[in-house]
Amino acid sequence: MLEIKSVTCVKQERCLFESLSFALDAGQIMQVEGPNGAGKTSLLRIIAGFANADDGDVTFEGYSISERYDDFAAELLFIGHKTGVNGQLTAYENVCHWLDVHGYQRAENIYDILAQLGLVGLEDVPVRTLSAGQQRRVALARLWMNNAKVWILDEPFTALDKKGVAMLQQQFMHQLDRGGAILLTTHQDLTAQFSGLKKVILEYRH
Amino acid sequence: MKASHSYWQLFCAVYCKDLTLAFRQRAEIVNPLLFFLIVITLFPLAIGPEPALLSRMAPGIIWVAALLSTMLGLDKVFRDDFNDGSLEQLIASSYPLPLSVLAKVLAHWTITGLPMVLMAPVFALLMNLDTQLLTATLLTLLIGTPLLSFIGAIGAALTVALQKGGILMSLLVLPLYIPVLIFATSAIDTSSMSLAYGGQLAILGAMLAVAAVMAPLAISSALKVSVS
Repeated sequence: MLEIKSVTCVKQERCLFESLSFALDAGQIMQVEGPNGAGKTSLLRIIAGFANADDGDVTFEGYSISERYDDFAAELLFIGHKTGVNGQLTAYENVCHWLDVHGYQRAENIYDILAQLGLVGLEDVPVRTLSAGQQRRVALARLWMNNAKVWILDEPFTALDKKGVAMLQQQFMHQLDRGGAILLTTHQDLTAQFSGLKKVILEYRH
Repeated sequence: MKASHSYWQLFCAVYCKDLTLAFRQRAEIVNPLLFFLIVITLFPLAIGPEPALLSRMAPGIIWVAALLSTMLGLDKVFRDDFNDGSLEQLIASSYPLPLSVLAKVLAHWTITGLPMVLMAPVFALLMNLDTQLLTATLLTLLIGTPLLSFIGAIGAALTVALQKGGILMSLLVLPLYIPVLIFATSAIDTSSMSLAYGGQLAILGAMLAVAAVMAPLAISSALKVSVS
């Protein structure tokens, strides 16, 4: 489904990775591993189409994502370090805004999903007053209301408690079961057993 | 779950979000207006309260004040969205980015430009402006301030990734503001001589039409560069 073809990335005259190739198929989850500064985020941003690779190409279902970015974006869900949650808006408003901007209908069960994520009673307070983990949960609520084929998640477990991590992995299972694919970076090991787990290991290069 | 693509839905979502945020942090609306008011009240004190002199200078002062207070809010147009990652989410949406950008620029105009146009008659009283000149000033402001927002947003998009982009943005944007200022003040001058100033207004209108079409495209490209 998603193919990374000999991608090279150079930052500040340091080569992060060179001629990196791998493929991600439906039902697979790929974990990018490596020490800090190895280029995990850079790789994810190239695959999500925010940054251009210095060499190589990324294709989705056979077409190059840079040529038909809008088609790719319709099938992509990206949550980065900066999650896109506005601190002045409430959790409910944040979720609704995200749904509107991405062309999803506002589901009736938004409050249920937020409750499931442990945000009962906090739906209508500004997000900046919530804890880091709760803010992360507001961003992750998107995973429960989309039908994107590819999820690209940069450190999704940051600030989450154990229960949150377990719940998130349940949702990963659901995504894989319906034929989606997941690309993520994390320093934690995934605790759930994923049958389609693949790993890419990036070395820190000097 | 995916709704049929409605561009109107996207436009409203982005526009309403920016307005909601502005109303929650009122300083964003009040600051440019206050700045506008301060400049206009200080001028008569500094140059002397002679009515003839004031009404001669008023349109120019109002226009320069409007131009500067537009720039005051420009840095904020994309800054917050850039910092919290919302900009990435807009880019990674299947909707065209120029449309979201258009909504954001119009929201900026609604927050800074429109209140200035509405307050201009009150300020005109302070400057002893007669009705004929006031009409010309209002018309040029009505066409000119959105133009300032469109042009300024290009500079804001180019400098959003820089930590202290404010000064660079002013340097980029001010030269582009000069034609707007020249045609606007020329329209007002012409009106003070009781001549028809439709020509200058038409040129401003043409500039606005071009900016409304081209600026969102330029801003989108600039934002993509800033985000990468």
